[in-house]
Amino acid sequence: MSDVEAGSGRAYTIRLELADEPGELLNALRPIAEAGGNLLSIYHERGNLTPRGRIPVEVDVECAPGRFDGVVEALREAGVNVVQAGEERYGEEVTVVLVGHLIDTDLSDTLKRFEECASASVVDVSLSAPQGTDDVSSARLRLAAEAERVSSALATVREIATEKELLVIEPQLDGGA
Amino acid sequence: MARLAVLGAGAVGRSVIDLASEYGHTVTAVADSRGAAVDPDGVDSRDVLDRKASDGTVGDVDPETVLSAEYDVLVEATPTTLGDAEPGFTHARRALVDDRHVVLANKGPVAERYGELRELETESAGSVRFEATVGGAIPALSTLEDLGAGHVTAVRGVLNGTANFILTRMAAEGLDYEHVLAEAQDLGVAEADPSFDVEGTDAALKCVIVANVLGGEFSLADADVSGIEGIPGSALELAAEDGRTVRLIGEATRESVRVGPRLVPENGTLAVTGTRNIVQIETTHAGRLNISGRGAGGPETASAVLADVGRLTR
Repeated sequence: MSDVEAGSGRAYTIRLELADEPGELLNALRPIAEAGGNLLSIYHERGNLTPRGRIPVEVDVECAPGRFDGVVEALREAGVNVVQAGEERYGEEVTVVLVGHLIDTDLSDTLKRFEECASASVVDVSLSAPQGTDDVSSARLRLAAEAERVSSALATVREIATEKELLVIEPQLDGGA
Repeated sequence: MARLAVLGAGAVGRSVIDLASEYGHTVTAVADSRGAAVDPDGVDSRDVLDRKASDGTVGDVDPETVLSAEYDVLVEATPTTLGDAEPGFTHARRALVDDRHVVLANKGPVAERYGELRELETESAGSVRFEATVGGAIPALSTLEDLGAGHVTAVRGVLNGTANFILTRMAAEGLDYEHVLAEAQDLGVAEADPSFDVEGTDAALKCVIVANVLGGEFSLADADVSGIEGIPGSALELAAEDGRTVRLIGEATRESVRVGPRLVPENGTLAVTGTRNIVQIETTHAGRLNISGRGAGGPETASAVLADVGRLTR
């Protein structure tokens, strides 16, 4: 029975917040496995603290649809702070390039606001500042968002960029390939 | 065969004059901003073009006389103007009021005063066509017409060869914007004042025209436009590291018109190189169509003008 369920498993994304203490990550992963979840990937956003000073962790889990609630419950019982749990929460990844005075306009604040307002996760950042940090620089960001929220996430990125007088090079979502 | 009155003797107007006879048409009147040549039996195109080259004008006659000359189709190829789109709009109106056909290479009247122009057309025995205003040689508008605007959900593409040339060179050579712009100006790909192309205005006008054809009612002021001037080489490098590049993409639907630099896959359909343009059409029943080709140039754009003349006079 359980073999059949594992075979028909679906992917879910669980977003957690962990205290920056030894053993916290392991503590969070054990209940997932015990409740029948198969760990697909763990993204531990170290150095990217939440406003409450915790570390955001994103876990992709595969399990039978009927078991997912049990996985989340097990996490909560183990005292883990589950921020969001759902099927393919971040189903889409998009890349944007920002251009402008990224350092002077506080890049980390820019990224933090993307995550807060755009309900997207900044997966990866590459910065290129060939003329030094005082001049115009470029940054490539990989954002993960729910499939149906990509365009609203991009609209938020545009809004924040306009406010900070940054140029956004958006991904061409349709027809690019 | 048709009698043509050609207004404007820039690259497009001159090519229309040059190629008209090859397409079976006669040019009975031609004017630039300073003078005109009129002959009901057909002007000598060689003479007119030589005169333009040597004297800077096509003839001695008052340019206004062209509009009262004998012709079947007015070819409006004066420079595109924004806002009231004059004098192009008045030229087109005069021809329609006189029950003649109008073929526009001038984007102004169809981008800025589309509704008014269509209204004039309904009261006229003449028709308006404007294939040359979008994508140069690419048969974008006639393809939309064949598909039926109601079966098209969006049109997007690379619609400015100058901006595309600059982005292509920046990415390929790792050069900065100013350097490549200077090179483009030396090659004649960019004008001395490149703002119309690099700020996205030209691409936006084309998208506005497409959106109007799809059934919207837009002018340039309704378009959300950003250009490519602020893009440093470092942005293209970051894009390339990720298998992408940057293109100035225009997109038109019935609801909106947007033009701006976008990340596209480096070897993707929209990543045409150099001065090449591409028009991508999303349809409800026929999937996605891609048409690429030369988006500018005298003979290329004149071929679109003459194709329109052919449709009107068949």
